[in-house]
Formats: sequence, structure tokens, C-alpha cells
Amino acid sequence: MSASPTGSALRTPRPGGDDHGVHGLPPLSAVPARSHARRKAADLAIKIVSWVAASLGIAVMALIVWEVVRRGVGAIDWGFFTELPPAVGEEGGGLGNAILGTLVITAAASLIALPTGFLGGVWLAEFGRNGRIATTVRMVANVNMGIPSIVVGLFVFAVLVKPFAHYSGFAGSVALAFIMLPVMARTTEDMLNLVPNELRESALAMGVPRWRVTLGVVVRAARSGLITGAVLATVRVAGETAPLLFTALSSPYWLEGLFGPEGFFGGPVANLTKTVYDFSGTPYPRMQELAWGGALLIIVAVLGLNVLMRLIFQRGKEW
Amino acid sequence: MSTVELDMQRQTGPRRGAAEAAPRRGHRFGDPVFRVLTLVCGLLVTIAMFTLAGVLIYDSWPAIRELGFSFLTTVSWSPSSGSYGALSALAGTALTTIVAMVIAVPLAFVIALLLTELVPPSVARVIGTAVEMLAAIPSIIFGMWGLYVLVPFMQGTVVPAVTGSWLGDLPLIRPGATFQGGGFSILTAGLVLAVMVLPFITAFTRDVLLMVPRVTKEAGYGMGSTTWEVLRRISLRYALSGVVGAAFIGLGRALGETMAVAYLVGGEFLNVPSSLFDPGTTVASLIALQFGEAMTELDISALIAMGLVLFAITMVFQVLAQMWLKRAQRTAGGRA
Repeated sequence: MSASPTGSALRTPRPGGDDHGVHGLPPLSAVPARSHARRKAADLAIKIVSWVAASLGIAVMALIVWEVVRRGVGAIDWGFFTELPPAVGEEGGGLGNAILGTLVITAAASLIALPTGFLGGVWLAEFGRNGRIATTVRMVANVNMGIPSIVVGLFVFAVLVKPFAHYSGFAGSVALAFIMLPVMARTTEDMLNLVPNELRESALAMGVPRWRVTLGVVVRAARSGLITGAVLATVRVAGETAPLLFTALSSPYWLEGLFGPEGFFGGPVANLTKTVYDFSGTPYPRMQELAWGGALLIIVAVLGLNVLMRLIFQRGKEW
Repeated sequence: MSTVELDMQRQTGPRRGAAEAAPRRGHRFGDPVFRVLTLVCGLLVTIAMFTLAGVLIYDSWPAIRELGFSFLTTVSWSPSSGSYGALSALAGTALTTIVAMVIAVPLAFVIALLLTELVPPSVARVIGTAVEMLAAIPSIIFGMWGLYVLVPFMQGTVVPAVTGSWLGDLPLIRPGATFQGGGFSILTAGLVLAVMVLPFITAFTRDVLLMVPRVTKEAGYGMGSTTWEVLRRISLRYALSGVVGAAFIGLGRALGETMAVAYLVGGEFLNVPSSLFDPGTTVASLIALQFGEAMTELDISALIAMGLVLFAITMVFQVLAQMWLKRAQRTAGGRA
């Protein structure tokens, strides 16, 4: 790379019609002459700029994590996980009901979206392939992933909250499931596409029915990627707030039973993200502290599971 | 390959002796059932989106009938005085998104350059993971961080310094009539949005830069080009449409981001901001912040109409991005 010929050598048109340019690139004669020092300087400048940019990105991330840890760590004790939030202006209490609610809402969302998304992805990868329906479904799934989560919240509000005249944890789960579904379907498809065709063919050649080839051989071969995808999709929606604003809402009580006013189907259910949102805007120090504690819990869970998945299943192609 | 499989399945039928071990019931019932089951789940994704669109239109119909086109041309949103206008929110959405993109796209581009060209893969993996982790942080945490850290910093340090200097008289910077110190402002929301979309644009840009054929770049280096020259004259020509597609993906996310913006943008529902330091609102954050205030059927219907507007805008950008990326992949001859 170093000690390159200067621009004048590059500019000399070569004989023999050699000078068309390749793949739509300009002919070399179009490259202007520049002094060696200037070219080197431009190169150095762009290298410095990109290092600075990357450091900036990482620094912002470190600042955010640091701030959450610094302000949140004081709130974490046993009561944080087991107690109800304090009344306005009072000390003590915890986010026990919100933590439980988030676990239940997210688990129900996974129960709805992971199997259906998985099977949809299987269809895309194994049956639909490049047919017209599959292309449409794939396109819609990609577009679906870009729908703002607040719009999903409004949609579920219109379908599951307004007609029944009460908020419910179930509505929150449906909203989260709506967001997970296309993510799971596309991840499944991508992971199954990585499995070599020879594997399918040799299993089929042994007379194994198609569904058993898919579930027993292809899915098995792709299982680490599928597990990673499922966990990351779940973690992602667990940190969502906007879809829960008009569906699960929030509640100062424990989740109790299924159909009563504090039940999963019957009324608003406390959840971590909405509670953090509400508490962080209050002027009461204890509530603010709890909000930061909740944020710390969320960030530890999200980043921890992301790192864990990476460590367990080293995906070859990453970065 | 599907024809090969069909042939194979046909062969297993008559030659029973060879395939004795295979459970034949699986062929007769298992396969069609499995196929239909997966197809239904696949179609569910599509059905879900069309249901969403249908429900949004149905539920916003009262507002559309009542307000008509004035919904989009009225500036202020003040249901208590009978004013349902999307214009200030639309303007705020456009401004915050532009601020975010102007900051995030160049940064993402040079970070992607660093990851693909300048550092060895092991270092790139570490930096890449860190940037990816940024994408995993939930938006509410960006919002809280902005509220407690960035807002005071902007209000106490950045805004006074800028408005006090010669820059303070430039349009878009000179504080407007609704100026409130500049902490809660279009600029603050845009800055946080930029950080939030940065990892997405970086990841996509990196992917398209990796699709550039190695030999072509090596030819460039072999001619004595510097890294920057190879990037600008070879890689970028290959990847330009992909980079644009990546920016569109980030744009779509910035448009619909709710929580972080709701914390930071200031919640000024009555006026179009005339400066980046003025408070404003966006379509998504207006829905989140005004929902609690909604009293009548019409209020709720108008908010759902806002959701419909947001859905339509993001749809347009998403579809454009998808089509653009597809074209980029074709011209680059690479795979997804």
C-alpha cells in the first residue's frame, strides 16, 4: 500500500482500450492527480474520525450504563423484589408487583408469539421459499417489524380494551406478541436457511416424512440460533413501554388470579417499564430511586441475556 | 430443490420394502397437516398487519368524519377547546427525525468503515458488540438518562453557550416564542434519537460494505490506493444504495420512537417549533402524552387517527427501504 506511484502514473491512459473501468467504476484516467502527502493526510483524517466516532458511541453507552448503575444500585435490596410500591411521599416499599407483572405479561406474550412465529418461519424457509405468497409474507413481516410499538398499543387498545371497558394484562401480552411474531418468524427463517440442503435431502432419502425431517433434522441443526433468536426476541419486548401504556396500564396492587379486577384478564396489571416511566417523573426521591432501581434491573436483564447468548452460542458470522 | 424432494417422496411410496422402517402414516397425514399448520402461522403475520390497518381506520373513522381534512392542517392539539390538529406534531416529528439522521448517518458510516476496513476482525467484534448492545437498551432508559443527565446539561451549558454566541441569531437556532431554556427541546430529543438509531444504521451499513467483493478492493489497494480512496471510489460505489437503504431503516425507527421522545421533547402541543431549542411534540409522543387526557369518544378517535397517520408514514418509509435494499442487493450481486 505504501510507496505508491504518484497520481501522474495512475493517470496515464493505457493503450489497447483497456480504460473502460470495471463494474461501472470510472476509468482510471478520471482519478485526479493528488500529491502523495495530501492523499496520506486525507486517509489519516478519516481514520481518526472513524475512531473518534466509534469511541463516542461506546462512551455514550458506557455513560448511560454508569448512570443507571450509580443511581439504581441503592434501591436494590430484598424488599425491592418482594414489596408493593410505597404510597406517595413515603419511604420503603419495592417494585415486587411490577416485576411479577412484567414476568407474567412477557411469558404470556412468548407463549402466543414464539410457537406461531416459529412455525411461520418454518413455512417461509421450508415450503414457501421464493414463491409469490412467501415473498409477500416476508415483505410484510419486514414492514411489520418497523411499525411503531405505540401504534401496536393503540390497535390492541381498540380491539381488546375499548370493547370490554377495562384494561388487562392479557391485552398487554397480545400487544407484545404482535411485536414478537414477525421477529421470531424472520429469525427462524434465517436460521433454517443456514442449514445445508444435503441434510434435508439425505434425511428424505431415508424415507422420513417431511415434517419429521423439518422438526427432527433441520430444526435440530439450527437449534442454537433458534434459541438465541427466541430469547433475544423475548428480552426485547420485555423492555417495551409504549405498547403497555394503553393495554396493561399499571396498578398499585399485586396480580391476583385471572378474571377478577386484579386478575390477568380482568384488570390493569403492574409492570416494570410503565412503573419506571411513572415514577421517574414524580418529584418524590424514593419513587425516583425505585425507578432507577427498576431501570437497573431492566438493563442488567437485557444486556446480561444478550451477552450470555453470545457466550453460549458463538454465532460465527457476527461482527 | 423442491422437485428433487418431490421425486424422493414419490419413490418412497411404492417401494415399500426399502422404506419399511419409515412410519407411512406420517406421509399421509403428517405432511399435509404440518404444511397447512405452518402456512397458517406464516399467513398470520400478514393477517395481523391488515387487521391492524383495518382496525385503525375503523376506529378513527368518527374523527375523520367529524374533522375531515382540517385534522392535518390545524396546528394545535387542544381537545378541551375543540382543536384537533396534527400539524405541530408532524412538524416536530420531521424536525427531530432530521436532527437524528443528520447526526447518526455520518457517524454510522464511519463506524461501519472502521469495523470493515480499519481494524482486525477480533477488535471489530468487540467494538461491534458494544455498538450492538446500544441497540438492546430499552428506549425508556434512554428517556430517563436524557431527563436526568442530558436535559440539565443542555439547559445549563450547551444552550446558553450557543444562543449567547454569534450562532444565536441564525434561523433554527434563535430561540422562538415558546422557548423554555432549551433543555426540553427538539434538539435534545433529536440527539437521543440519533444515539438510538445509530446501531441499526451501523449494522446495516457494515453489512452492505461487507458485500463489496474482496478482489475489487484488493485491486484498488494493489494500485496503491489509500484506505479512504478504496472506500470512496470502490466500496461506496458498490454499496451506496445499500447505505441509503440503511438510513431509511433508521429513519423509520426514529419516526416512530415514543418513550424517549415523550420524556425529552417538551410536550408543546399548540405551536410549531420555530427553533431547534424550542419545545415541541411528535406524533408518537403526542399519542402517549395525550392519551390520559382523552375524555370523549372523539378524543380517543382522534388519537387513533394520529396513530393511523404515524402508521401510514412509517409504512411508506419501510416499504421504500425494503424495495431499495432489495434493489441494492441485486445490483451488488450479494446475498442478504
